[in-house]
Amino acid sequence: MAPLLEVRGLTVELPTPAGWVRPVNDVWFELSAGETLGLVGESGCGKTMLSLALLGLLPPGARTTGEAWLAQRNDSRNSGSERLNLAALTERERVPVRGREIAMIFQEPMTALNPVLRIGAQIEEGIRAHQPELAAGELTRRAREALEHAAVPEPELRARQFPHQLSGGLRQRAMIAMALAAGPRLLIADEPTTALDVTVQKQILELLGRLRRELGLGLLFITHDLGVVAQVADRLAVMYAGRIIEEGPAGTVLRRPRHPYTEGLLRASPQLKRRKLEPIAGAVPRLGALPPGCAFEPRCPYRRAECSAAVPELRVVVNDVGPVAAPRHRARCILVEAG
Amino acid sequence: MRRYKKSPTAGPRADCVGEAAVRTDWDMENQRSEKRAEIMAAPALIEARNLRKSFQAGAGVFVETGRRVRAVDDVSLALAPGETLAIVGESGCGKTTLARMLLRLIEPDAGEICFQGRDLLAAGGAELRALRREMQMVFQDPFASLNPRLRVEAIVGEPLEIHEPHLGRAKRRGRVRATLETVGLGADAMQKYPHEFSGGQRQRIGIARALALRPKLVVADEPVSALDVSVGAQILELLQALQREFALTYLLISHSLPVVAQLATRVAVMQAGRFVEVGEADQVLSRPAHPYTQALLAAVPEVPGLALP
Ligand SMILES: Nc1ncnc2c1ncn2[C@@H]1O[C@H](COP(=O)(O)OP(=O)(O)O)[C@@H](O)[C@H]1O
Ligand code: SF4
Ligand SMILES: [Mg+2]
Repeated sequence: MAPLLEVRGLTVELPTPAGWVRPVNDVWFELSAGETLGLVGESGCGKTMLSLALLGLLPPGARTTGEAWLAQRNDSRNSGSERLNLAALTERERVPVRGREIAMIFQEPMTALNPVLRIGAQIEEGIRAHQPELAAGELTRRAREALEHAAVPEPELRARQFPHQLSGGLRQRAMIAMALAAGPRLLIADEPTTALDVTVQKQILELLGRLRRELGLGLLFITHDLGVVAQVADRLAVMYAGRIIEEGPAGTVLRRPRHPYTEGLLRASPQLKRRKLEPIAGAVPRLGALPPGCAFEPRCPYRRAECSAAVPELRVVVNDVGPVAAPRHRARCILVEAG
Repeated sequence: MRRYKKSPTAGPRADCVGEAAVRTDWDMENQRSEKRAEIMAAPALIEARNLRKSFQAGAGVFVETGRRVRAVDDVSLALAPGETLAIVGESGCGKTTLARMLLRLIEPDAGEICFQGRDLLAAGGAELRALRREMQMVFQDPFASLNPRLRVEAIVGEPLEIHEPHLGRAKRRGRVRATLETVGLGADAMQKYPHEFSGGQRQRIGIARALALRPKLVVADEPVSALDVSVGAQILELLQALQREFALTYLLISHSLPVVAQLATRVAVMQAGRFVEVGEADQVLSRPAHPYTQALLAAVPEVPGLALP
């Protein structure tokens, strides 16, 4: 079966006073229905730009190349089984896609919620945009259902309230309800729990996990937190300076990382069990001043002369514990033996 | 109108010189047993009793307006010289309000604070200034806490200018350079502006500013929560090294239990303005007694252990 989303060589370029930079650089990945892909990396590595490119919400002046194929619904008004290239839609073609096919939730729900509209009305509006034929009573019923789905307690009361009357956790649930109300198949969650307290974070992660299973959603979960991603992701892609530098099953990548940056992130993450932290030296390079060859080279404890010669390819990692290669585990480092 | 009594005389108050809390065996290498014995026997550097602070609930939505929110509700604590007490709790539980009272940036509604044997809340004028220079703060947001229009030399030198005006320009410059060096920044940083630095370097500048006066107590309010993991680890390591080098006492405020686990010798868990559990770090983090501490710990998402060759 074709994946729900297949991203091929997606590149985003932005104009700056010093010339064009590439916050997203030749990114390839696949996401299946019902699967969670965790996208990790430090600030500025391109996670948010990538998701905005998929939604067609890039800042003015941005150029997108490459492809991002979204499988069509198999119900539906769509004829045949052709796929949509999200990277090449006109603004008019996008309107029915956003919300209906792909939805996004953000770190700060207030950026997505309209502060002067009641929660219920906002959800109804989102549904009406895609199904204008629905009667008012039906819309209200569906909005209530969406809140129930997102485990919002007292959905009728909450529907009548304004965003600022909800706590951070409830607001995040309301945003999830709104995002899922029109029945999208792909949900992009950009640091959805970063602003929340840990106990609330846990509830939201559980909710997202349940909704993904029940609705068969493809979930692209963006975070800088390796602990969070360990809990939610089936597969993991690590980004650095616009490129995916390691990709594979989440458990394998976290336990047996093969890119020095992934390993460095893990060694630098504080854990409940106290141990000596091993910070990564230096800082993330600016996009306008990337080193030649491997972008991690200046900070890499394993670097060699060849590392600055050319950008390393994503190479398939051959499993070092068993005879079988780990499924689709790849790392962009010359130390990975060509398999 | 003050509700607490002015101390009748200057100098240490008899009831200020309490023993620091008893400590158990918690640490492996960086605190030798003689050092620990020393810490246990020393009088507290700062001690607070029954602090309270409430605010008019205004913008809040959960409480009807007119109600008062008890941000800090009867909190007592003591910090021994050289230790790191971490205060953990979820947002709005009162951590920042407590820290600001301990530095006397806001006045408590009730309670006492004794710093270096002096009644901090009664101190004024020259005495207060002298006490203030011994307590400094490191802030969460290295982007917001540095004046963008000043060069680094002026930012780090400002506390020196205020508290040690007799230092000439050349001597001050030497002190700034030396302080920057201790936080891992070269002399070339002096002539630059904050925006020319990355987040981690800006946090180093903030730490240099806090250390310029060689304080005894450093209050660090979420010092790494605005930073990336790789850089946050650098700052945590730096804070540890500076504590050893300058015998600093830290009050660490954090919502992150893993960060707390990294630095703290003791932990106080705060919920709705109160301490619900206080104890040795490894005790609280591995054998929590209070259900709220247990819930916090259970919610921490953990990374599976590395299996590296
Ligand atoms: N200046 C203020 N005016 C009104 N309420 C305040 C003020 N400062 C803090 N609060 C309230 O006091 C409580 C504790 O806040 P704070 O100490 O900032 O918590 P934390 O640092 O743990 O996030 C919160 O309910 C907060 O909204
Ligand atoms: S290619 Fe070289 S510099 Fe880059 S991560 Fe691998 S070893 Fe390090
Ligand atoms: Mg705070």
